Amino acid sequence: MSKEKFDYFIKGEKGKYEVVIGLEVHAQVLSKSKLFSGSSTKFGADPNNQVSLIDSAFPGMLPVINEECVKQAVRTGLGLNAKINNYSVFDRKNYFYADLPQGYQISQYKNPIVGEGKVLLDMPYGSKEIGIERLHLEQDAGKSIHDMDPSNTYVDLNRSGIALMEIVSKPDLRSPDEVNAYIKKLRSIMRYLGTCDGNMQEGSLRADVNVSVRKEGDTNFGTRCEIKNVNSIKFMQMAIEYEAARQVELIENGKKIDQETRLFDTKKNETRSMRSKEDAHDYRYFPDPDLLPLKLEQKLIDDLKKSLPELPDKKKERFVKEYGLNAYEANVLVSEKEISDYYEEVAKLSDKKLAATWMMGDLFAMLNDRGLDISKSPISAKHFAELVQAIKSGEISGRIAKEVFEIMVESGDNPKKIIESKGMKQQSDPKELEKMINEILSKNKDKVDQYKAGKEKLFGFFVGQVMKLSGGKANPQLTNEILKKLLKG
Amino acid sequence: MSLDKEKIKHVAKLARISVDEAKVESLTKDLNSIFKFIEQLNELNTDKVEPLTSILNQSLRSRKDEISDGKIREKILKKFS
Repeated sequence: MSKEKFDYFIKGEKGKYEVVIGLEVHAQVLSKSKLFSGSSTKFGADPNNQVSLIDSAFPGMLPVINEECVKQAVRTGLGLNAKINNYSVFDRKNYFYADLPQGYQISQYKNPIVGEGKVLLDMPYGSKEIGIERLHLEQDAGKSIHDMDPSNTYVDLNRSGIALMEIVSKPDLRSPDEVNAYIKKLRSIMRYLGTCDGNMQEGSLRADVNVSVRKEGDTNFGTRCEIKNVNSIKFMQMAIEYEAARQVELIENGKKIDQETRLFDTKKNETRSMRSKEDAHDYRYFPDPDLLPLKLEQKLIDDLKKSLPELPDKKKERFVKEYGLNAYEANVLVSEKEISDYYEEVAKLSDKKLAATWMMGDLFAMLNDRGLDISKSPISAKHFAELVQAIKSGEISGRIAKEVFEIMVESGDNPKKIIESKGMKQQSDPKELEKMINEILSKNKDKVDQYKAGKEKLFGFFVGQVMKLSGGKANPQLTNEILKKLLKG
Repeated sequence: MSLDKEKIKHVAKLARISVDEAKVESLTKDLNSIFKFIEQLNELNTDKVEPLTSILNQSLRSRKDEISDGKIREKILKKFS
């Protein structure tokens, strides 16, 4: 594989700058109930209908941890090749805000449930490892709704207390493209594990982005700024580009960068300071006296490890080996668990390579046009495999296959039935083809003479005539052979 | 370490406690005497001692992942009126 070179730098007047990025990803844990209460976590319910006295922080209420959320965090940690800590502690992170009724968020500060791990990215310039610093469990906050009333803010506590995994990366990312690949990889791993649905529109996956810049070749980090709560990959990329350029400009003008928290304004496409220095957060962390330390038996961790599904990296390796796909094809086909399942079903019943080509071409284009997930595909894996086989065996040509494909999408019928009822079978009988071609040649004597006189471009014209007369059903290879033979004669 | 008036006001602001300007002086004095005691404790070398998060030698108890609460919006809102 030819490798491109990494090339993302900000060009200033005084040289090139490297951009250093670290992400704190907040991933909502997939569970039925909340981290410390029995309220439902379902998205989209009536405001404040999934709130208990614990979530609304009434005095005297005690949190009890949800064992499934703990397991989900461990599974995710294992999926990130990370160290699972047998001993972890819940702390209170204190800050005052209307959608945080407790006045503190229960989080993990000193002793997180998961320690260091790593994630592999496939970049055009090769594979790159991104370090994971830690993963900890914490509560989500409620939602403040500012745009329902001109003078009041409404608070919806349905989200308050849902379990979040905060996944902190090391400052190993160097470009918006790497951020894109990293988020997609994390999302894919968690979706394979079933620990987070990764739905960015519903806010199940959001991130704080830490950005700093330094002159190319420098080994010390520059002063970083944190951009809070960005909820789409595109916005993360835009925010990084803006922020890096802003920092380079400050440096080049001899100014200092303040370490601060900034907001990304999606309408103006700029970041700006969120709060002044004297209001800087002082979270006053301390161990939550309502919660004992969380101790995990090694056996529980080992059992969870044994029950993990095959993850994308492993599956990719297997697809290359077992199905003879190239790295790019394998990468695309393992990106979502549902896509890989569909592919494997098709590959079992048809030509593996051709199946990959047609899936990544026509099937993905159709799903994309209709905004459908593969799980909602109007063509079942079995029917798709039959179509691939019909192409492979020469029963239909690639061009006709596209027509059959369209009819399959509309009707949901199996391709055999469509090919038969519409008479779309490829014409592969040499005698009949020869008859047809002779007819065409005798009708176009002038063109035949021109061809023989050296105007070889006309070959395409003859092929076109054969296709036209046969309704696209003539076997292209055979047509070429016979045409060549007869034109020589 | 000792606390000055500005620090007292800052901590009060973080906790959203309103403090009378007149009381700041006496609060500063009181808190500083507590701080003196903490400073005294700090004389002990605890470098190799893990922080004690609980005096109970137990682990966290957990619950099953079941929906057992919620749908009490009226009850909660009533408490605010």
